[in-house]
Amino acid sequence: MNKDLLLHIVRFILLVLIQVLILNHINFLGFLNPYIYIIFILLVPINVNKSLFLVISFLLGLFIDIFSDSGGVHAAACTVIAFIRPVVLRSVFGLSYEFQTVKLGNLGFGERFLYVTLMVLIHHIVLFSLEIFNFSHILLILKKTLFTSLFTIVVTLLILVLLRRDDS
Amino acid sequence: MQQIINFLINNKNALLFLLLLILSLSFTVQSHSYHKSKIVSSTNFLSGGLYSWQHSVSDYFGLKIENERLLEENERLRNQLSALGVDTVSTKYVDTVSFDRPFSFTKARVIKNDYSKIDNYILINKGEKDSVFPDMGVITDKGVVGIVENTSKNYSRVISILNSNSRINAGLKKSNQYGSLVWDGKDPNIVQLETVPRQAIIKEGDTIITHGRSTIFPKGIGVGTILNYQLNETKSYYLINVKLFNDMTDIGFVYSIQNRDSKEIKSLEKID
Repeated sequence: MNKDLLLHIVRFILLVLIQVLILNHINFLGFLNPYIYIIFILLVPINVNKSLFLVISFLLGLFIDIFSDSGGVHAAACTVIAFIRPVVLRSVFGLSYEFQTVKLGNLGFGERFLYVTLMVLIHHIVLFSLEIFNFSHILLILKKTLFTSLFTIVVTLLILVLLRRDDS
Repeated sequence: MQQIINFLINNKNALLFLLLLILSLSFTVQSHSYHKSKIVSSTNFLSGGLYSWQHSVSDYFGLKIENERLLEENERLRNQLSALGVDTVSTKYVDTVSFDRPFSFTKARVIKNDYSKIDNYILINKGEKDSVFPDMGVITDKGVVGIVENTSKNYSRVISILNSNSRINAGLKKSNQYGSLVWDGKDPNIVQLETVPRQAIIKEGDTIITHGRSTIFPKGIGVGTILNYQLNETKSYYLINVKLFNDMTDIGFVYSIQNRDSKEIKSLEKID
Protein backbone atom coordinates (compact mmCIF):
# COMPACT_ATOMS: atom_id res chain seq x y z
CA MET A 1 0.00 0.00 0.00
CA ASN A 2 2.77 2.39 0.97
CA LYS A 3 4.65 1.55 -2.19
CA ASP A 4 1.54 2.37 -4.24
CA LEU A 5 1.14 5.71 -2.51
CA LEU A 6 4.76 6.59 -3.26
CA LEU A 7 4.23 5.56 -6.88
CA HIS A 8 1.27 7.92 -7.21
CA ILE A 9 3.15 10.84 -5.67
CA VAL A 10 6.15 10.29 -7.96
CA ARG A 11 3.83 9.98 -10.95
CA PHE A 12 2.09 13.25 -10.01
CA ILE A 13 5.35 15.21 -9.80
CA LEU A 14 6.88 13.61 -12.90
CA LEU A 15 3.81 14.26 -15.03
CA VAL A 16 3.61 17.92 -13.98
CA LEU A 17 7.31 18.42 -14.72
CA ILE A 18 7.16 16.66 -18.10
CA GLN A 19 4.07 18.64 -19.04
CA VAL A 20 5.37 22.11 -18.18
CA LEU A 21 9.01 21.67 -19.16
CA ILE A 22 8.69 19.66 -22.37
CA LEU A 23 5.19 19.13 -23.72
CA ASN A 24 3.96 22.74 -23.37
CA HIS A 25 6.70 23.76 -25.81
CA ILE A 26 6.02 21.28 -28.61
CA ASN A 27 3.58 23.50 -30.55
CA PHE A 28 3.22 20.97 -33.35
CA LEU A 29 1.82 22.75 -36.46
CA GLY A 30 1.85 25.97 -34.47
CA PHE A 31 -0.66 25.20 -31.75
CA LEU A 32 -0.85 21.49 -30.85
CA ASN A 33 0.38 20.45 -27.41
CA PRO A 34 -0.57 17.07 -25.94
CA TYR A 35 -1.88 17.29 -22.36
CA ILE A 36 -0.69 13.97 -21.01
CA TYR A 37 -0.75 14.93 -17.32
CA ILE A 38 -4.29 13.54 -17.13
CA ILE A 39 -2.72 10.06 -17.16
CA PHE A 40 -2.55 10.59 -13.40
CA ILE A 41 -6.34 10.93 -13.23
CA LEU A 42 -6.82 7.97 -15.58
CA LEU A 43 -4.67 5.66 -13.46
CA VAL A 44 -5.95 6.48 -9.97
CA PRO A 45 -7.35 3.22 -8.47
CA ILE A 46 -11.10 2.76 -8.80
CA ASN A 47 -11.77 2.32 -5.07
CA VAL A 48 -10.16 5.65 -4.12
CA ASN A 49 -11.79 8.06 -1.65
CA LYS A 50 -13.86 10.28 -3.96
CA SER A 51 -13.48 13.56 -2.05
CA LEU A 52 -9.72 13.15 -1.86
CA PHE A 53 -9.63 12.30 -5.58
CA LEU A 54 -11.55 15.49 -6.45
CA VAL A 55 -9.23 17.67 -4.39
CA ILE A 56 -6.07 16.07 -5.80
CA SER A 57 -7.33 16.43 -9.37
CA PHE A 58 -8.11 20.08 -8.71
CA LEU A 59 -4.58 20.59 -7.35
CA LEU A 60 -3.05 18.81 -10.35
CA GLY A 61 -4.87 21.18 -12.68
CA LEU A 62 -3.97 24.20 -10.56
CA PHE A 63 -0.27 23.31 -10.70
CA ILE A 64 -0.43 23.19 -14.51
CA ASP A 65 -2.31 26.50 -14.46
CA ILE A 66 0.29 28.19 -12.29
CA PHE A 67 3.07 27.06 -14.58
CA SER A 68 1.33 27.95 -17.83
CA ASP A 69 -0.39 31.19 -16.70
CA SER A 70 -3.80 30.04 -17.79
CA GLY A 71 -5.99 31.17 -14.91
CA GLY A 72 -8.03 28.18 -13.76
CA VAL A 73 -8.84 26.33 -16.97
CA HIS A 74 -6.84 23.17 -16.28
CA ALA A 75 -8.13 23.03 -12.70
CA ALA A 76 -11.73 23.23 -13.94
CA ALA A 77 -11.21 20.59 -16.64
CA CYS A 78 -9.47 18.20 -14.20
CA THR A 79 -12.20 18.62 -11.58
CA VAL A 80 -14.86 17.86 -14.19
CA ILE A 81 -13.24 14.64 -15.44
CA ALA A 82 -12.49 13.53 -11.88
CA PHE A 83 -16.17 14.00 -11.01
CA ILE A 84 -17.58 12.14 -14.00
CA ARG A 85 -14.96 9.38 -14.09
CA PRO A 86 -17.32 6.93 -12.29
CA VAL A 87 -19.96 7.53 -14.97
CA VAL A 88 -17.44 6.95 -17.76
CA LEU A 89 -16.11 3.82 -16.04
CA ARG A 90 -19.62 2.41 -15.63
CA SER A 91 -20.54 3.03 -19.25
CA VAL A 92 -17.30 1.53 -20.54
CA PHE A 93 -16.82 -1.46 -18.25
CA GLY A 94 -20.43 -2.14 -17.22
CA LEU A 95 -20.80 -4.91 -14.65
CA SER A 96 -17.18 -5.55 -13.89
CA TYR A 97 -16.95 -1.96 -12.66
CA GLU A 98 -19.93 -2.46 -10.34
CA PHE A 99 -18.11 -5.34 -8.70
CA GLN A 100 -14.89 -3.35 -8.54
CA THR A 101 -12.94 -6.06 -10.31
CA VAL A 102 -11.48 -3.84 -13.03
CA LYS A 103 -7.71 -3.46 -12.92
CA LEU A 104 -6.74 -0.49 -15.05
CA GLY A 105 -3.36 -2.05 -15.82
CA ASN A 106 -4.59 -5.12 -17.72
CA LEU A 107 -7.50 -4.11 -19.92
CA GLY A 108 -8.13 -5.08 -23.49
CA PHE A 109 -7.13 -2.53 -26.10
CA GLY A 110 -10.72 -1.70 -27.09
CA GLU A 111 -11.87 -0.85 -23.57
CA ARG A 112 -8.70 1.04 -22.80
CA PHE A 113 -9.05 3.04 -26.01
CA LEU A 114 -12.69 3.92 -25.30
CA TYR A 115 -11.94 4.95 -21.72
CA VAL A 116 -8.99 7.16 -22.69
CA THR A 117 -10.88 8.71 -25.62
CA LEU A 118 -13.94 9.64 -23.58
CA MET A 119 -11.93 11.16 -20.74
CA VAL A 120 -9.60 13.09 -23.05
CA LEU A 121 -12.48 14.46 -25.15
CA ILE A 122 -14.41 15.71 -22.12
CA HIS A 123 -11.27 17.22 -20.61
CA HIS A 124 -10.32 19.02 -23.81
CA ILE A 125 -13.80 20.38 -24.53
CA VAL A 126 -13.97 21.96 -21.05
CA LEU A 127 -10.37 23.13 -21.30
CA PHE A 128 -10.64 24.90 -24.66
CA SER A 129 -14.13 26.32 -24.03
CA LEU A 130 -12.79 28.03 -20.91
CA GLU A 131 -9.45 28.96 -22.44
CA ILE A 132 -11.00 30.70 -25.44
CA PHE A 133 -14.04 31.80 -23.41
CA ASN A 134 -15.93 33.19 -26.34
CA PHE A 135 -18.76 31.40 -28.11
CA SER A 136 -18.30 33.37 -31.29
CA HIS A 137 -15.08 31.33 -31.67
CA ILE A 138 -16.92 28.01 -31.42
CA LEU A 139 -15.29 26.67 -34.60
CA LEU A 140 -11.85 27.42 -33.15
CA ILE A 141 -12.84 25.61 -29.94
CA LEU A 142 -13.99 22.55 -31.88
CA LYS A 143 -10.92 22.57 -34.11
CA LYS A 144 -8.52 22.81 -31.20
CA THR A 145 -10.43 20.15 -29.24
CA LEU A 146 -10.44 17.71 -32.15
CA PHE A 147 -6.79 17.98 -33.16
CA THR A 148 -5.37 18.23 -29.66
CA SER A 149 -7.50 15.27 -28.54
CA LEU A 150 -6.11 13.14 -31.37
CA PHE A 151 -2.58 14.08 -30.37
CA THR A 152 -3.20 13.51 -26.65
CA ILE A 153 -4.95 10.16 -27.20
CA VAL A 154 -2.13 8.80 -29.36
CA VAL A 155 0.60 9.90 -26.94
CA THR A 156 -1.36 8.71 -23.89
CA LEU A 157 -2.02 5.26 -25.35
CA LEU A 158 1.63 4.93 -26.33
CA ILE A 159 2.78 5.83 -22.83
CA LEU A 160 0.25 3.48 -21.24
CA VAL A 161 1.38 0.60 -23.45
CA LEU A 162 5.10 1.26 -23.06
CA LEU A 163 5.09 1.80 -19.30
CA ARG A 164 2.65 -0.98 -18.46
CA ARG A 165 3.33 -2.68 -15.17
CA ASP A 166 2.77 -6.40 -15.17
CA ASP A 167 1.68 -6.73 -11.57
CA SER A 168 -1.02 -4.07 -11.36
CA MET B 1 -32.00 20.19 10.77
CA GLN B 2 -31.20 16.49 10.77
CA GLN B 3 -32.38 16.32 7.18
CA ILE B 4 -30.17 19.18 6.10
CA ILE B 5 -27.12 17.54 7.64
CA ASN B 6 -28.04 14.23 6.04
CA PHE B 7 -28.42 15.94 2.71
CA LEU B 8 -25.00 17.56 3.09
CA ILE B 9 -23.35 14.26 4.02
CA ASN B 10 -25.05 12.32 1.23
CA ASN B 11 -24.09 14.85 -1.41
CA LYS B 12 -20.70 15.83 -0.08
CA ASN B 13 -18.87 14.84 -3.26
CA ALA B 14 -21.23 16.77 -5.49
CA LEU B 15 -20.96 19.82 -3.24
CA LEU B 16 -17.17 19.54 -3.12
CA PHE B 17 -17.18 19.27 -6.91
CA LEU B 18 -19.31 22.40 -7.22
CA LEU B 19 -17.07 24.29 -4.81
CA LEU B 20 -13.89 23.37 -6.69
CA LEU B 21 -15.51 24.11 -10.03
CA ILE B 22 -16.67 27.55 -8.91
CA LEU B 23 -13.20 28.25 -7.51
CA SER B 24 -11.49 27.32 -10.78
CA LEU B 25 -14.09 29.21 -12.83
CA SER B 26 -13.49 32.34 -10.77
CA PHE B 27 -9.74 32.00 -11.43
CA THR B 28 -10.55 31.65 -15.12
CA VAL B 29 -12.82 34.69 -15.22
CA GLN B 30 -10.21 36.72 -13.37
CA SER B 31 -7.55 35.68 -15.84
CA HIS B 32 -9.70 37.01 -18.68
CA SER B 33 -9.89 40.52 -17.25
CA TYR B 34 -6.86 42.71 -17.53
CA HIS B 35 -5.00 43.59 -14.33
CA LYS B 36 -6.91 41.23 -12.13
CA SER B 37 -5.17 37.94 -12.87
CA LYS B 38 -2.89 38.02 -9.87
CA ILE B 39 -3.64 34.87 -7.92
CA VAL B 40 -2.63 32.15 -10.35
CA SER B 41 0.57 33.45 -11.86
CA SER B 42 3.94 31.97 -12.74
CA THR B 43 5.90 34.82 -11.14
CA ASN B 44 6.20 32.90 -7.87
CA PHE B 45 9.47 31.49 -6.63
CA LEU B 46 8.68 27.87 -7.53
CA SER B 47 7.68 28.21 -11.18
CA GLY B 48 9.96 31.17 -11.82
CA GLY B 49 12.91 29.27 -10.40
CA LEU B 50 12.08 26.13 -12.37
CA TYR B 51 11.73 28.04 -15.63
CA SER B 52 14.96 29.96 -15.15
CA TRP B 53 16.76 26.68 -14.39
CA GLN B 54 15.32 25.19 -17.57
CA HIS B 55 16.36 28.27 -19.48
CA SER B 56 19.91 28.21 -18.15
CA VAL B 57 20.23 24.77 -19.77
CA SER B 58 18.54 25.52 -23.08
CA ASP B 59 20.25 28.91 -23.41
CA TYR B 60 23.45 27.41 -24.79
CA PHE B 61 21.74 26.17 -27.93
CA GLY B 62 20.80 29.68 -29.05
CA LEU B 63 24.09 31.48 -28.39
CA LYS B 64 25.12 31.74 -32.04
CA ILE B 65 21.81 33.21 -33.20
CA GLU B 66 21.79 35.56 -30.22
CA ASN B 67 25.28 36.77 -31.16
CA GLU B 68 24.25 37.49 -34.71
CA ARG B 69 21.21 39.39 -33.49
CA LEU B 70 23.37 41.55 -31.25
CA LEU B 71 25.77 42.26 -34.13
CA GLU B 72 22.83 43.32 -36.30
CA GLU B 73 21.56 45.63 -33.59
CA ASN B 74 25.05 47.09 -33.11
CA GLU B 75 25.33 47.69 -36.82
CA ARG B 76 22.03 49.49 -36.92
CA LEU B 77 22.81 51.62 -33.88
CA ARG B 78 26.24 52.50 -35.29
CA ASN B 79 24.64 53.59 -38.56
CA GLN B 80 22.19 55.78 -36.66
CA LEU B 81 25.02 57.23 -34.64
CA SER B 82 27.04 58.17 -37.70
CA ALA B 83 23.94 59.55 -39.41
CA LEU B 84 23.33 61.82 -36.43
CA GLY B 85 26.92 62.99 -36.60
CA VAL B 86 27.48 62.64 -32.89
CA ASP B 87 30.80 64.01 -31.87
CA THR B 88 32.18 61.52 -29.41
CA VAL B 89 35.15 63.64 -28.38
CA SER B 90 33.12 66.75 -27.74
CA THR B 91 33.88 68.84 -24.70
CA LYS B 92 30.25 69.87 -24.34
CA TYR B 93 28.77 68.73 -21.03
CA VAL B 94 25.16 67.95 -20.32
CA ASP B 95 23.93 68.30 -16.78
CA THR B 96 22.29 64.91 -16.43
CA VAL B 97 20.60 65.88 -13.15
CA SER B 98 18.11 68.08 -14.95
CA PHE B 99 18.47 67.09 -18.61
CA ASP B 100 18.39 63.31 -18.28
CA ARG B 101 16.32 61.41 -20.80
CA PRO B 102 12.90 60.41 -19.43
CA PHE B 103 13.18 56.76 -20.50
CA SER B 104 15.57 54.21 -19.06
CA PHE B 105 15.97 50.67 -20.33
CA THR B 106 16.65 47.49 -18.33
CA LYS B 107 17.69 44.33 -20.08
CA ALA B 108 15.97 41.08 -19.14
CA ARG B 109 15.93 37.49 -20.31
CA VAL B 110 12.75 35.73 -21.43
CA ILE B 111 12.44 32.48 -19.50
CA LYS B 112 8.99 31.45 -20.69
CA ASN B 113 7.20 32.46 -23.86
CA ASP B 114 3.75 31.27 -25.00
CA TYR B 115 2.23 31.89 -28.37
CA SER B 116 -0.15 29.00 -29.04
CA LYS B 117 -3.00 30.07 -26.78
CA ILE B 118 -5.50 32.92 -27.01
CA ASP B 119 -4.12 34.68 -23.93
CA ASN B 120 -0.36 34.50 -23.95
CA TYR B 121 2.06 35.63 -21.27
CA ILE B 122 5.83 35.99 -21.17
CA LEU B 123 7.89 35.50 -18.03
CA ILE B 124 11.10 37.55 -17.67
CA ASN B 125 13.85 37.20 -15.08
CA LYS B 126 13.79 40.74 -13.70
CA GLY B 127 11.41 41.89 -10.97
CA GLU B 128 10.87 44.54 -8.33
CA LYS B 129 14.45 44.06 -7.16
CA ASP B 130 15.62 45.48 -10.52
CA SER B 131 12.88 48.15 -10.51
CA VAL B 132 10.60 46.47 -12.99
CA PHE B 133 7.04 47.36 -12.05
CA PRO B 134 3.56 46.87 -13.57
CA ASP B 135 2.65 49.05 -16.58
CA MET B 136 6.16 49.26 -17.94
CA GLY B 137 6.62 48.57 -21.65
CA VAL B 138 8.69 45.64 -22.93
CA ILE B 139 10.45 45.68 -26.31
CA THR B 140 13.16 43.84 -28.21
CA ASP B 141 15.68 45.49 -30.47
CA LYS B 142 13.17 45.05 -33.32
CA GLY B 143 9.87 46.08 -31.82
CA VAL B 144 7.12 45.93 -29.22
CA VAL B 145 6.61 42.77 -27.15
CA GLY B 146 4.10 43.68 -24.44
CA ILE B 147 3.43 45.35 -21.11
CA VAL B 148 4.50 44.21 -17.63
CA GLU B 149 1.41 43.14 -15.76
CA ASN B 150 2.45 41.40 -12.59
CA THR B 151 5.73 41.45 -10.69
CA SER B 152 7.34 39.56 -7.84
CA LYS B 153 10.73 40.12 -6.25
CA ASN B 154 12.75 38.38 -8.98
CA TYR B 155 10.36 37.79 -11.89
CA SER B 156 7.77 39.67 -13.92
CA ARG B 157 4.91 38.51 -16.05
CA VAL B 158 4.47 40.36 -19.33
CA ILE B 159 1.11 40.45 -21.04
CA SER B 160 2.16 39.66 -24.59
CA ILE B 161 0.97 41.55 -27.64
CA LEU B 162 -0.53 38.15 -28.53
CA ASN B 163 -3.18 38.32 -25.79
CA SER B 164 -6.86 39.09 -26.21
CA ASN B 165 -6.69 41.48 -23.24
CA SER B 166 -3.82 43.51 -24.64
CA ARG B 167 -4.61 46.95 -26.12
CA ILE B 168 -1.49 48.83 -27.16
CA ASN B 169 -1.79 52.16 -28.93
CA ALA B 170 0.03 52.32 -32.22
CA GLY B 171 -0.26 54.33 -35.37
CA LEU B 172 1.12 55.14 -38.78
CA LYS B 173 4.68 56.33 -39.13
CA LYS B 174 3.90 58.89 -41.80
CA SER B 175 0.83 60.52 -40.24
CA ASN B 176 -0.61 61.04 -36.79
CA GLN B 177 -3.65 58.77 -36.99
CA TYR B 178 -3.57 55.93 -34.51
CA GLY B 179 -5.55 52.95 -33.30
CA SER B 180 -5.23 50.07 -30.88
CA LEU B 181 -3.46 46.77 -31.49
CA VAL B 182 -5.44 43.60 -30.79
CA TRP B 183 -4.91 39.95 -31.68
CA ASP B 184 -7.47 37.59 -33.18
CA GLY B 185 -5.69 34.46 -31.95
CA LYS B 186 -4.82 32.99 -35.33
CA ASP B 187 -1.30 33.73 -36.52
CA PRO B 188 1.42 34.63 -33.98
CA ASN B 189 3.13 36.86 -36.54
CA ILE B 190 0.10 38.95 -37.49
CA VAL B 191 -1.83 41.34 -35.22
CA GLN B 192 -4.75 43.65 -36.00
CA LEU B 193 -4.78 47.42 -35.75
CA GLU B 194 -8.31 48.66 -35.10
CA THR B 195 -10.09 52.00 -35.11
CA VAL B 196 -7.79 53.84 -37.49
CA PRO B 197 -10.09 56.52 -38.97
CA ARG B 198 -10.84 56.16 -42.68
CA GLN B 199 -9.39 59.58 -43.39
CA ALA B 200 -5.95 58.03 -42.94
CA ILE B 201 -4.08 57.42 -46.16
CA ILE B 202 -2.61 53.94 -45.91
CA LYS B 203 -1.11 51.43 -48.23
CA GLU B 204 0.34 47.94 -47.96
CA GLY B 205 3.87 47.91 -46.62
CA ASP B 206 3.53 51.07 -44.53
CA THR B 207 5.30 51.02 -41.17
CA ILE B 208 3.37 50.97 -37.91
CA ILE B 209 5.07 52.43 -34.82
CA THR B 210 4.10 53.21 -31.22
CA HIS B 211 2.72 56.67 -30.80
CA GLY B 212 3.87 57.85 -27.43
CA ARG B 213 0.35 58.78 -26.38
CA SER B 214 0.58 56.79 -23.18
CA THR B 215 3.37 56.81 -20.62
CA ILE B 216 4.23 53.19 -21.40
CA PHE B 217 6.10 53.31 -24.71
CA PRO B 218 8.15 56.19 -26.09
CA LYS B 219 7.23 57.38 -29.57
CA GLY B 220 8.74 55.56 -32.52
CA ILE B 221 9.24 51.98 -31.38
CA GLY B 222 8.59 49.71 -34.33
CA VAL B 223 5.61 47.37 -34.42
CA GLY B 224 5.33 46.01 -37.95
CA THR B 225 4.29 46.65 -41.52
CA ILE B 226 0.81 46.70 -43.05
CA LEU B 227 0.00 43.36 -44.66
CA ASN B 228 -3.50 44.21 -45.87
CA TYR B 229 -6.49 46.28 -44.76
CA GLN B 230 -10.23 46.73 -45.14
CA LEU B 231 -12.97 49.06 -43.87
CA ASN B 232 -15.19 47.85 -41.02
CA GLU B 233 -18.95 47.25 -41.39
CA THR B 234 -19.94 50.86 -40.77
CA LYS B 235 -17.25 52.04 -43.21
CA SER B 236 -15.83 54.49 -40.70
CA TYR B 237 -12.69 52.70 -39.52
CA TYR B 238 -9.96 50.64 -41.08
CA LEU B 239 -9.18 47.14 -39.87
CA ILE B 240 -5.52 46.59 -40.65
CA ASN B 241 -3.53 43.34 -40.52
CA VAL B 242 -0.01 44.12 -39.31
CA LYS B 243 2.94 41.82 -39.85
CA LEU B 244 5.13 42.13 -36.75
CA PHE B 245 8.82 42.97 -36.93
CA ASN B 246 9.43 40.59 -34.04
CA ASP B 247 9.20 36.88 -34.49
CA MET B 248 7.04 36.35 -31.39
CA THR B 249 7.84 32.64 -31.37
CA ASP B 250 11.54 33.35 -30.87
CA ILE B 251 12.31 36.02 -28.27
CA GLY B 252 15.54 35.79 -26.31
CA PHE B 253 16.43 39.07 -24.65
CA VAL B 254 14.12 42.02 -24.08
CA TYR B 255 14.34 45.53 -22.64
CA SER B 256 11.82 46.88 -20.17
CA ILE B 257 11.22 50.62 -20.42
CA GLN B 258 10.85 52.78 -17.37
CA ASN B 259 9.33 56.21 -17.89
CA ARG B 260 10.73 58.48 -15.18
CA ASP B 261 8.13 61.13 -15.93
CA SER B 262 5.12 58.83 -15.73
CA LYS B 263 4.16 59.98 -12.21
CA GLU B 264 4.33 63.59 -13.24
CA ILE B 265 2.27 63.01 -16.39
CA LYS B 266 -0.33 60.96 -14.51
CA SER B 267 -0.72 63.58 -11.77
CA LEU B 268 -1.29 66.22 -14.46
CA GLU B 269 -3.88 64.06 -16.19
CA LYS B 270 -5.72 63.63 -12.89
CA ILE B 271 -6.30 67.37 -12.38
CA ASP B 272 -9.09 67.92 -14.93
